[in-house]
Amino acid sequence: MGLDIRLPIGWLFVILGSLLTLFGIFSSHAIYERSLGININLGWGLVMMAFGAAMVLLGYRGPGGQGGQ
Amino acid sequence: MHLTGIDWVIMLVYFASVLGIGFVLRRRVKTSTDFFLAGRAIPAWVCGLAFISANLGAQEVIGMAASGAKYGIATSHFYWVGAIPAMVFVGIFMMPFYYGSRARSVPEYLRLRFDEKTRALNAISFAVMTIFSSGISMYAMARLIQVLHILDAPFAKLGVSQHWIFDFSMVVSAIIVLVYILLGGLSSAIYNEVLQFFLIVAGFLPLVWLGLRNVGGWEGLKAKLPAAYTHSWAGMGSASTNPLGVDWFGLVFGLGFVLSFGYWCTDFLVVQRAMAADSMSSARRTPLIAAIPKMLFPALVILPGLIAMGLTAQAMAPKHATNGAPAVTAVDMRGSAASAASPDALIPPKLNEDGQPKVDESGRVVLDYDLAIPNMLLHYFPTGILGLGLTALLASFMSGMAGNVTAFNTVWTYDIYESYIRPGAGDAHYLKMGRIATVFGIALSLVAAYAATRFNNIMDMLQLVFAFVNAPLFATFLLGMFWKRTTGHGAFVGLISGTAAAALHHGLTLPVGGAAGIKGGWLGTVLHIYPSEMAQNFWTAIWAWTTCFLVTVLLSLVTQPREEKDLIGLVYSLTDRPRDTASRWYQRPVTLGIVVLALVALLNVIFR
Repeated sequence: MGLDIRLPIGWLFVILGSLLTLFGIFSSHAIYERSLGININLGWGLVMMAFGAAMVLLGYRGPGGQGGQ
Repeated sequence: MHLTGIDWVIMLVYFASVLGIGFVLRRRVKTSTDFFLAGRAIPAWVCGLAFISANLGAQEVIGMAASGAKYGIATSHFYWVGAIPAMVFVGIFMMPFYYGSRARSVPEYLRLRFDEKTRALNAISFAVMTIFSSGISMYAMARLIQVLHILDAPFAKLGVSQHWIFDFSMVVSAIIVLVYILLGGLSSAIYNEVLQFFLIVAGFLPLVWLGLRNVGGWEGLKAKLPAAYTHSWAGMGSASTNPLGVDWFGLVFGLGFVLSFGYWCTDFLVVQRAMAADSMSSARRTPLIAAIPKMLFPALVILPGLIAMGLTAQAMAPKHATNGAPAVTAVDMRGSAASAASPDALIPPKLNEDGQPKVDESGRVVLDYDLAIPNMLLHYFPTGILGLGLTALLASFMSGMAGNVTAFNTVWTYDIYESYIRPGAGDAHYLKMGRIATVFGIALSLVAAYAATRFNNIMDMLQLVFAFVNAPLFATFLLGMFWKRTTGHGAFVGLISGTAAAALHHGLTLPVGGAAGIKGGWLGTVLHIYPSEMAQNFWTAIWAWTTCFLVTVLLSLVTQPREEKDLIGLVYSLTDRPRDTASRWYQRPVTLGIVVLALVALLNVIFR
């Protein structure tokens, strides 16, 4: 079947996650006052990246994935 | 609001993906079935997520957080008593008829089972409703963009008057939804709904996490709020002892049985997602798979409202908070305008025309609960993740809009155009009509949205009328599917009398403190005063359902039933049971349904 939905979801999360992670690394600590002093961009960016990577992997290798047959 | 480059980049990446999916799927749309039913080739888990995401519009995200702030965790009854049991029922008992009957839409099922007039009634009222619902989503989104000043800075930079922000937001959101539906039809809408589902979770989960951390976890939140706010079943024995103002019977029968089953089991907007599944087994599992994330949604949409209220309550009553007692008394959020203006008061008071906080008759400040979620985002999210949170919010509005538009174009094309305007044309013609219907469906939504800006009450009035039309529907489907004696005349007259009963009940009752008019009592005499608007709504639905049920039964007994051979595949007793032959337990609908019900019962017990 045409497009495996796991791929667009996966890639979107990888892209958004890496944007947040990079921004989290280079942003000044002052902006995290409102998020209780936690660098939420870095932390959540990494979580999103991991989730996205898992989706992409499943899309290519998982059950019914494009690289499966 | 201060947005920086990174926020804009995140929003743009999202919008680009949404449109990209439409372009990729464009090549797959060849027949009208591809366009309206996604070629019936979507896997169950994708349909399941689309099933809840289509409904996860503005009303849900903003509205549930607002109710959470206003009524507390009792709002979760909309999920744990309402939606979940209904979703299990539609999956196990009703889907075999929807998916198995060759019907392409819910109104078409009504024609196969009953007759033309019942179908026409349902198709026309549904088409009108979807247009206005999508208009409401569009309007709410544009208002939010305006209120949060999201576009103020870019507009100022470009030298465009701030006056145009509202129109710009409406038109741009309309165009994006239009483009991806035109290109990929229902597949595109479903794929985007799934994408939006994940994005909404990704945007709100860190918000809940930060909020909970800030208030000291669930236990900390409990200490900040009156007990009724954190116990969903406390005081449900009587209408006067809980924040909803409803007793358990009104809740279980009115909300749980009539309203939720009416919505989740008969509304084509959600049922269409299951009809797009690749097999009968997938179609039946769609609502069951959807039920699992759905039962956890209160944590995502109600909890932020509770957290906002907890912080607001603390900010508004600092004196009481120090001696360990709950900061506020149940159902009675008192506070002065001055303390409500403190930065921790996440739910601001509503303002009068002259900019002063609104106060009700008993001197309490009226809070603007709808701002709970947006203000939580602004309070906790720094730039970067703020872009993600706003994207999630915008995604929820767009999925609500797209869901309505795809349901509209299908019902319009199959149930109105093909049936009454131009029957017998080729498939290519109906595919073209579907695309045209998408364009004028969105154009009409825009008109509806502008009507809402011009006449404040028009939307309240329409939602009232929709409630009257929807309330009796489940009685018709229940009788139609499970009693072969039910006749078309019975169903048609039953529906109309159910709607009339709803209007009559609403016209003769009032919620406490309400003035006659849009709140009810417009028939001159008021026979009963309900303790809350919600109680009045639930009982209106109960009256409508019961009337429809009785009238349909009585009329069916005196009219000629259809021959049994015509009802095979449409009625329970004349249809072979679908067999659960899948080898794994989680692929069998009945087993899955039992697991879902057990889990939701557990949630009710934990948060009782």
